[in-house]
Amino acid sequence: MALDEATMRKIARLARIRLNDGEVKPFAAELDGLLGWIEQLSEVDTAGVAPMTSVVAMKLPQRADRVTDGGDAAAILANAPETVDGYFVVPKVVE
Amino acid sequence: MTTEMTLTQARAALAQRKISARELTTAHLAAIENAKVLNAFITLTAERALAMADASDARLKRGEGGLLEGAPLAIKDLFCTQGVRTTAGSKILDGFTPPYESTVSAKLWQAGAVMLGKANLDEFAMGSSNMTSAYGPVINPWKAKSGPAKGRDLVPGGSSGGSASAVAARLALGATGTDTGGSIRQPAAFCGITGIKPTYGRCSRWGIVAFASSLDQAGAFARTVEDTALLLRAMAGHDPKDSTSAAIPVPDYAAGLNGGVKGLRVGIPKEYRVDGMPEAIDKLWVKGAEWLKAGGAEIVEVSLPHTKYALPCYYIVAPAEASSNLARYDGVRFGLRVPADDLIGQYEATRAAGFGREVKRRILIGTYVLSAGYYDAYYLQAQKVRARIAEDFTKAYERCDVILTPTAPSAAFAIGDQLDDPIAMYLNDVFTVPASLAGLPGISVPAGLDAHGLPLGLQLLGRAFDETTVLRAAKALEDAAAFTHRPEPLP
Repeated sequence: MALDEATMRKIARLARIRLNDGEVKPFAAELDGLLGWIEQLSEVDTAGVAPMTSVVAMKLPQRADRVTDGGDAAAILANAPETVDGYFVVPKVVE
Repeated sequence: MTTEMTLTQARAALAQRKISARELTTAHLAAIENAKVLNAFITLTAERALAMADASDARLKRGEGGLLEGAPLAIKDLFCTQGVRTTAGSKILDGFTPPYESTVSAKLWQAGAVMLGKANLDEFAMGSSNMTSAYGPVINPWKAKSGPAKGRDLVPGGSSGGSASAVAARLALGATGTDTGGSIRQPAAFCGITGIKPTYGRCSRWGIVAFASSLDQAGAFARTVEDTALLLRAMAGHDPKDSTSAAIPVPDYAAGLNGGVKGLRVGIPKEYRVDGMPEAIDKLWVKGAEWLKAGGAEIVEVSLPHTKYALPCYYIVAPAEASSNLARYDGVRFGLRVPADDLIGQYEATRAAGFGREVKRRILIGTYVLSAGYYDAYYLQAQKVRARIAEDFTKAYERCDVILTPTAPSAAFAIGDQLDDPIAMYLNDVFTVPASLAGLPGISVPAGLDAHGLPLGLQLLGRAFDETTVLRAAKALEDAAAFTHRPEPLP
């Protein structure tokens, strides 16, 4: 299985990472190598094995559905590259 | 010299008022200043350190003080620290100053510890050499006395390389680290110090920059097992803010440390004998078993049959989780922003400029294995293999109480080596990754030197939440190994 450049570009698009033309080929080759190495997992007999979803056997806790925190808008906005009137600013999305 | 003290010795000296916290902190800050060449710290917090030390002195004077009162520590720059910039070793967090404190670091400050600064690391903790940090590589204070690496700067291991280098070079009494696939144990081995990764869920992950959430776990570095036990006790504990943190009481790890290993069953997994492993490591491993046997332990051969699948399994699970976790770096709410005409263009440009190559590679592979059509073949299969790997350990622990292995398949290598081949680099973690996948506790103890005078570590793994036994066995190993070697002091 070879990872072609079109697939590499699609994956980069999904990951929201811009690759320049010179980067596509090397990344495709590296990913292809890794995927080839990873392929060996298909040898493992996993019939009847449930995928691991909890690392250590424990029940996820539940808590009452009430507000325990909040009112920190200024602190949350303090690290933003651009804000106006308590909002994060992004390029125009809707015309 | 003041900075030569262990944490345990420093605690005694502070309690007896033989030294003040300010003197201790000042000595460490001076040592850091003299060791700039190691690049162990990204951010120094000298003023804050002195203020914290003064507060410790005031408490000590009143006869008060916590478990770590006045102890100067390095904090891996993956722990968010309120009001102190936190980088995760990445350019994408440029200018980020957390408005909150991670639970683990908050617990350390509550115990009276002093923050010297934020330690360098591989970018987003992705690496085994510290060479992926956007703030430059960390240098290991150890030097090879012979061999191909002689005269070259060595890596400290990774990802917690700055923490390990700082503790080995006597720049801090201890340090925090995080371990996703070996990021505490491997650098501890490379730097000739002790490092523990507790059970998944033992320490809160809240406020730690996330890499792979089902694997990430905080832990500690120090120069002795006893010091490591003290640090872990202060860091560990249930936190309602991390739903995976375990509501299990934290034992006094240091209390039973000298209990010895009489009657303890120590497993030797036959699958950990890998091709091409240096003879010195194999010999040390045998010696480690002999030491424990001499202490009264029973050595049993155990089998962990899925060991060879642990690394490929890890390199699906960890990147998949990373690709999801790192989606938050979008240039909107914090960190770097590279403007573009539209929003998606801005995301793409920001992430292209902000992430380093290794991080991009892992996000891309994670995105690939999670993408439509591949999820079942890769991610789901990996999670099943992971269950098999965990089951291996469960079965092994029917026959033994702890497992003894080498920590890493090599000693520290020269900066720049192994960088071209990602799989060769990933092999550094061949002995540490299986326990990470199974969520089990592990410690690396310095146990000997290789032919070129570089430190080698032995790893002890335990049952879930049984750090007490792991530490007790580690103490026995430490006593038997009597490892007193240390790196040459810096000029």
